[in-house]
Amino acid sequence: MNDKLYKILLFASALIIPLVCGGVIYALFTDAYEAFQHFGFLKFLTSSDWSYTQGDEQYGALPFISGTLMTTLLAIIFCIPFSLSVAFFTGEYFRGTKIATVLGTVTDLLAGIPSIIYGLWGFYTLRPIIMSLNISPQGSGVLTASVMLAIMIIPYVSSLSSEFIKMVPKDLKEGAYSLGATRAEVVRKIIFPVAGSGIFSSYVLAIGRALGETMTVTMLIGNTNNIPDSITSTGNSMASIIANQFGEASDLRLSSLIAIGLILFLITAIINMIGKMMIKRARIS
Amino acid sequence: MESIIPILEFKKTCVSYTKQTMAVKYVSAAIERNTITAIMGPSGCGKSTLLRAANLMHNLYPNITVTGEILLNGENILSMEPIEVRRKIGMVFQRPTPFPTMSIYDNVLSGFTLNGIRLPKEEKDITVERCLKSVSLWDEVKDVLNKKGTFLSGGQQQRLCIARALAMKPNVLLMDEPTSALDPVATKHIEELLLELQKEVTILIVTHNMGQAMRISSRSMFMYLGELAEYGDTATMFSSPSDERTKSYLTGKMG
Repeated sequence: MNDKLYKILLFASALIIPLVCGGVIYALFTDAYEAFQHFGFLKFLTSSDWSYTQGDEQYGALPFISGTLMTTLLAIIFCIPFSLSVAFFTGEYFRGTKIATVLGTVTDLLAGIPSIIYGLWGFYTLRPIIMSLNISPQGSGVLTASVMLAIMIIPYVSSLSSEFIKMVPKDLKEGAYSLGATRAEVVRKIIFPVAGSGIFSSYVLAIGRALGETMTVTMLIGNTNNIPDSITSTGNSMASIIANQFGEASDLRLSSLIAIGLILFLITAIINMIGKMMIKRARIS
Repeated sequence: MESIIPILEFKKTCVSYTKQTMAVKYVSAAIERNTITAIMGPSGCGKSTLLRAANLMHNLYPNITVTGEILLNGENILSMEPIEVRRKIGMVFQRPTPFPTMSIYDNVLSGFTLNGIRLPKEEKDITVERCLKSVSLWDEVKDVLNKKGTFLSGGQQQRLCIARALAMKPNVLLMDEPTSALDPVATKHIEELLLELQKEVTILIVTHNMGQAMRISSRSMFMYLGELAEYGDTATMFSSPSDERTKSYLTGKMG
């Protein structure tokens, strides 16, 4: 009798998760419906107008989709050399040493810093640097946001990749050494190929994070509603336009913002699913 | 010259993992060319540790120190480059370790690719065929050379690993309980193979299995608590061991 009650309770609490998830999707869909109906789904995706003149409202998601994709892509590119170095440092070259442990702890610490702190640091430290280097006059923009995003995802990617590097069996490495391979050759020809799919999947998960990162990007991207024409120009990401405008928006504009949220949700969910699937496959092999 | 200098000789070889304890204590033994020499002893007696010293595997771990001398054709390997030593002294491990990202073909050639040596296609083909034939795996895999090595059975994988080591034409082949993860049929297959292979390469094999030592080796070492208790002809050792410890181990009084 008790056992049955316990099961029912467990089931009920577990049910909350799919219910919440379904509720979010439902709310997004119903609230975004007005925008999709007014502009048409494809038109909404491909239009780059964003004007809220009363009577002639025009909203399109393209500037923000491109802002998000640009910052994410750049952030991943900036992050690759650093995160790989840290991962191989802690996972292979200095594995088990005190310095690797310290570095690993600091990396985890960095991963836990709230994004508003990164945003503040970016605004008051990174932005002036970019201005003094004459890269862009206003300091903020796609580049600034991407650099900050890269700094935010480096700890995340490197600790995940490091785990995959550590998972390469010792037998396999010794087998390669026994054939006369050097350390560099073992890293390049054994560890990297074997851990490769795992390392790759940690980047996919990092993309998922970078896509949705809001606070830092909002503080640094410059907040202009145009398609960025170069990496130094300003723009807005999907997350940052919502953060910037939802407070003052209503009716069609609010619905358009929610539609952007829905698109972001879908892109992020798909990327995360791919990443998780790849991690699963990497673990099995 | 060749007949006078032993192919591999341990001279007062010691291995320690920590400053206080020695895992291998002053082992001196000369290994005869083109023989199979078995290293026996209970768990934790230092047999694998001694074997791994012979191709400088311990160099990978900074906490392990090896002292004394280990001579390969009269030359002390402890002062040689590990890479050079490991190309001359091959090793096969307890568990088969084919490289999972490489095909069977590439696994055989991995010694070359890992060392950055490029062979012409023709020579590659010849090497792969020669090595797989010498481990009698050729007939079983010749049609699936491009498949991953990890699809093979355990015994086949282990033979692939032996082929991989042979491709480098080593002087000595070290084997660390190569059949302990295999079933009896695969074990028998490998044993027959080793008897055949000793014509081209000197084999030093660590084994837990006394029957195996008796079946394949002509010389045997018995190690106990890091010391070399006895070293001699296998037949003599099994029929009339001279050391008390060997005797009680072989008769099952000590495990």
